[in-house]
Amino acid sequence: MPYRENLGDVLLNVEDLRVIYKTDLETVAAVNGVSFTIKRGKTLGLVGETGAGKTTTALSIMRLLPSTTGRILGGKAEFNGRDIMKFDDLMLRAIRGNSIAMVFQDPMTSLNPVMTVGDQIAETIETHNEKISKNEVKKRVGDILTLVGIMPQRMSEYPHQFSGGMKQRVVIAIALACEPELLIADEPTTALDVTIQAQVLNVIKELRERLGTSMLMITHDLGIVARICDDVAVMYAGEIIESGPVEDIFSPKAHHPYTAGLFDSVPDLRSDAKRLKPIPGLMPDPTNLPPGCVFAPRCSRAMDICAREHPKKTVSGAHSLACHLFGGTGA
Amino acid sequence: MAEQSGGPAGASFKRQSQAREIWRRFKKSKGALFGLVLLIVMLAVIACADFIAPYRLATKQNLAKKLAPPSIEHIFGCDSYGRDIFARVLHGGRTSLSIAVMATITSCLFGSLLGAVAGYFGKKVDSVIMRSLDIFMSVPDLLFTMAVVVALGANFINLLIALTLAYFTNYVRLVRSQVLNLSEQEYVEAAKAGGAGSVRIIASHIIPNAMGVIIVNTTLNVSKIILYESTLSFLGLGMPPPAPEWGLMLMEARAFLRTSPHLLFFPAAAIVLSACSVNLIGDGLRDALDPHLKS
Repeated sequence: MPYRENLGDVLLNVEDLRVIYKTDLETVAAVNGVSFTIKRGKTLGLVGETGAGKTTTALSIMRLLPSTTGRILGGKAEFNGRDIMKFDDLMLRAIRGNSIAMVFQDPMTSLNPVMTVGDQIAETIETHNEKISKNEVKKRVGDILTLVGIMPQRMSEYPHQFSGGMKQRVVIAIALACEPELLIADEPTTALDVTIQAQVLNVIKELRERLGTSMLMITHDLGIVARICDDVAVMYAGEIIESGPVEDIFSPKAHHPYTAGLFDSVPDLRSDAKRLKPIPGLMPDPTNLPPGCVFAPRCSRAMDICAREHPKKTVSGAHSLACHLFGGTGA
Repeated sequence: MAEQSGGPAGASFKRQSQAREIWRRFKKSKGALFGLVLLIVMLAVIACADFIAPYRLATKQNLAKKLAPPSIEHIFGCDSYGRDIFARVLHGGRTSLSIAVMATITSCLFGSLLGAVAGYFGKKVDSVIMRSLDIFMSVPDLLFTMAVVVALGANFINLLIALTLAYFTNYVRLVRSQVLNLSEQEYVEAAKAGGAGSVRIIASHIIPNAMGVIIVNTTLNVSKIILYESTLSFLGLGMPPPAPEWGLMLMEARAFLRTSPHLLFFPAAAIVLSACSVNLIGDGLRDALDPHLKS
């Protein structure tokens, strides 16, 4: 599918989002000025290694950061033109689960062990439809279970009676119970083995097409990105260093050295390389980020300017990246 | 996709009601079943006390039969005033068990609610509740209860209030620690992401998960409260004296321990049996209510 700009309107527009975790001992700069947009019916993949701030970004959009430590310093997250950062508790509860739903990483822990699967799906429906009858709820629970490929008869069973893949499908069913406009999937397949991963991804893909839901897919698996996403944003140390349509990111043209490094770390069946090329070093300490480009200390193509100056975004079409290598040429 | 749904296609899933499922698992534990039978028998006998041995037998003094050993006429014997011990044990059970059960329930409800609120909301709410609790707990339980009974007067309701105030602190701390742990669970976060409010999260996610611990603690407390209430009676702060009451009977029997041990034996046995049966039931319930152990 070729990338078409301005297709449909913008559902979610995140601008310059900055989040810190503050404890008595230290301040962790988790998200530093992240901006992206998700268009209606489209899927954005947020890629990056562990600790890059992907989950924090997602939780900030839901305003679910741990209340004792997490702080949103600034930025906007406009959902349907309204800034979620300015919502009060009541407004937040009204959109959570109803307009924006979330699929969590680990289906083993994100289901309540003492509640039946049906009750957990019904909970979301009841929360957002106060005047709905018991029978109506039951019918909808049955429908949504069928949709994710689970027999409705099993709604009165407990999570431990389900396999891992089925649990994740239940979690997806809960998220989709109110047919949200935006689904945030936080590494939905990380806790599952490869065959089940494929199963769950198929369910997600199918449902997205059937319901027209937009998605924010958080993952560190480039294979998933290629299969599911329309756009990609690569995150590193709390910043989006490269973003664009999936074709641009996967095409062998100019890339941020980090993105190039990510691709070098993926095994390729067609190349006869003996070893993978990992990116040397570790992510910088988020309590003490380098002043210039955050990737500079690990970058094989780092220049003098990289350590001093924070790179600006270079945009070419829908593809944008933040790196001094491409800044000068305007590529 | 339907064929991926696990379980053979076309298999019919028998729906079992929740109560029946719990009962099925409860039955598996022989000890729990024994406790339940024992408690039902005791409660039945105590409930029918008026027909088996009318209340006047429990208070009628007959000095000719002072300290009489068990016989056909008085199967548990007579106490130092010649009152029938069997009748006194039965009628004493009414007071002792009903106070114990009711005080346990009220302290559990009150304490759990406060604990859940403190643990869930944290911060200032938590501080206010826990610091007030510290003040409560800084006064020794017994002194505190005595003060309440003396201030309000010794009767059934006031005893209930005093015992509730003495025991609810345990539940606050217990439930709070459970809630602190449970509210960090991912399914609570997931429920929040689904738009659930605080009341719903506490009622349907946190309390049910803390239920096992609460139930075990509650059953242990029933027996503790029976003993505690006896202590109050012993100090003359329980039910007023002519009324039969297990703790009061123990206290009176103390003086005749060497010569007439049966005075002590029967009320003590009643306390032990009731406490045991409640504990056994509690253990069984904990296993039965935990869906993890479903088999």
